[in-house]
Amino acid sequence: MSEKVLMRGNHVIGEAAIRAGCQFYAGYPITPQNELTEYMAAAMAAYPDRVFIQAESELAAINMVIGAAMAGARAMTSSSSPGISLKQEGISYLAGQELPAVIVNVMRGGPGLGNIAPTQGDYFQATRGGGHGDYRTVVLAPASGQELVDLTLKAFEYADHYRTPVILLADGMMGQMMEPVVLPPPVDLSQLPSRPNILDGAKGRPARLIKSLYLDPPMMEEHNWKLYRKYQQIAREITQWEEFMVEDARLIVVAYGTCARIAKGAIRRLREMDVKVGMLRPITLFPFPSKPLRELTLKIKDFLVLELSTGQMVEDVKLAIEGRARTHFYGRPGGVVPTPDEFAKYINMLYHRQELDGGENEQSYI
Amino acid sequence: MSKVIFKRPKYLKPNIFHYCPGCGHSIIHRLIAEVLEELEIRDKAICVPPAGCAVLAYNYLDVDMGEAPHGRAVAVATGIKRVLPDRIVFTYQGDGDIAAIGTAEIIHAANRGEKITAIFVNNGVYGMTGGQMAPTTLLGQVSTTTPFGRDINRDGFPLDLSEMLAIAKGSVYIERTAVNSPKNVRHTKRAIEKAFKVQMANLGFSLVEILSQCPTNWKMGTKDSIKHIDNVVTKVYPLKVIKDESGIS
Repeated sequence: MSEKVLMRGNHVIGEAAIRAGCQFYAGYPITPQNELTEYMAAAMAAYPDRVFIQAESELAAINMVIGAAMAGARAMTSSSSPGISLKQEGISYLAGQELPAVIVNVMRGGPGLGNIAPTQGDYFQATRGGGHGDYRTVVLAPASGQELVDLTLKAFEYADHYRTPVILLADGMMGQMMEPVVLPPPVDLSQLPSRPNILDGAKGRPARLIKSLYLDPPMMEEHNWKLYRKYQQIAREITQWEEFMVEDARLIVVAYGTCARIAKGAIRRLREMDVKVGMLRPITLFPFPSKPLRELTLKIKDFLVLELSTGQMVEDVKLAIEGRARTHFYGRPGGVVPTPDEFAKYINMLYHRQELDGGENEQSYI
Repeated sequence: MSKVIFKRPKYLKPNIFHYCPGCGHSIIHRLIAEVLEELEIRDKAICVPPAGCAVLAYNYLDVDMGEAPHGRAVAVATGIKRVLPDRIVFTYQGDGDIAAIGTAEIIHAANRGEKITAIFVNNGVYGMTGGQMAPTTLLGQVSTTTPFGRDINRDGFPLDLSEMLAIAKGSVYIERTAVNSPKNVRHTKRAIEKAFKVQMANLGFSLVEILSQCPTNWKMGTKDSIKHIDNVVTKVYPLKVIKDESGIS
């Protein structure tokens, strides 16, 4: 039965994971995601067959998740930016060994110890693989409490279905914010397809092996191509985005997560002033919604990327657009969270500077 | 009627070992296979092999295996065991793996009393990578990264990992053995058997440290390296039961 409750973002992720049937959670303290680890410590205890471990390090936590995934459990770990750096070793192994797992990153300021304020500085790390080797991780970017619920459930689904690590990329704002959310009924684990190739002892079957070692280069190459084909399939099947007021727009904002949420407020204000601006919000950062962006360039020639960083997703936007339109960028790194007014001011300035308001010279830009 | 007095253990695959002549790994693999068979636990056993010479253990041991990153074997084993508490989960790790890069993981797994077994093969060098100094390399021992011998001031002391783990309250049984003589081989088998029995009885963490010879990287003949274990290595790493709170005889 679905129910509506008011909850803090970090708790929402925890409860959604419980309802997704998360059987194993290993974590390590780091702000601003501690409420999630604490929530799991209490909530998992209510189920005799579920496991919570506070690990001795982020490295140990992600490796415990590897073991739990090998044993067939829906497994999750969470952390914030510096801790996610430590987990990259394990994430690379999960990708190479084709093991399902969910990794939550409640992003904070960096590089280094940085601060505990919300940023989007880990976009490259999340979408480019982060660890060593030729792999990608599915990256989901929630922008509301409800999406924390929905995408946490999706994260477990995708991880299982594609046998790959999935990153839920939130930030300090999403983690700390309280919003009403509708919680779905718990997933019935017995109804899920049985996991192939788990390690549970070779009783009545040949012994199994889960590995990422391929000493023979042609075998390693084939493994890499196999992973590549899987990522291509993922791109075809799960790319998700939201279009907001794009119908008559002359300028498209591209933003995700917290940044998109602030941008939405800005766009609503600008619309009242008859500024024709819309937004494309990637919900999956990998796979990136390149195709819908490219299609928008048929009628729109100016794209503004807004990020809580010095510019990372902007590269994916440029790659998607391939010079068919102009790409502009405005970012606030370091944990500075802009207001809708600040975004509105910048968008408005750009809109008029580019003469998108229907000035005589408009055509010359197209 | 003929009587079979020696045969390939049931769970040792009929593959030719890739290990160097004189290496202890193949003996230890065999002992594990024998114990899995005799205790009738192979069908519920899961092994986490290391990075290092024994990375290909899956070519020999006929048991479920899941590879771990270098040093993280007991963390991976913890994840498996917690999800499947009635299975027998063991790691197979070298000295570099368990006593250098994986020190944090092994100490905390032992201290949590994880009901897993670690087979710790100590040959005093990083074998697979070509004989660099390991945490267990003896003082004065020449390796590719201690070309003038291990020096206290530059390299510090050999690490007594097993003794450190004995302090952890969650560890139940820790013994150091060797495989350089028939007597020691037989004793090592009993130690492995006991370590698995500790896990089967759900008592806590168990570990067998096995001193193993590495003729290739020690730059010695097999005979000399076997003698070297008796004459030199066991003087620093004595063969003994380091901790036994199992109550199992």
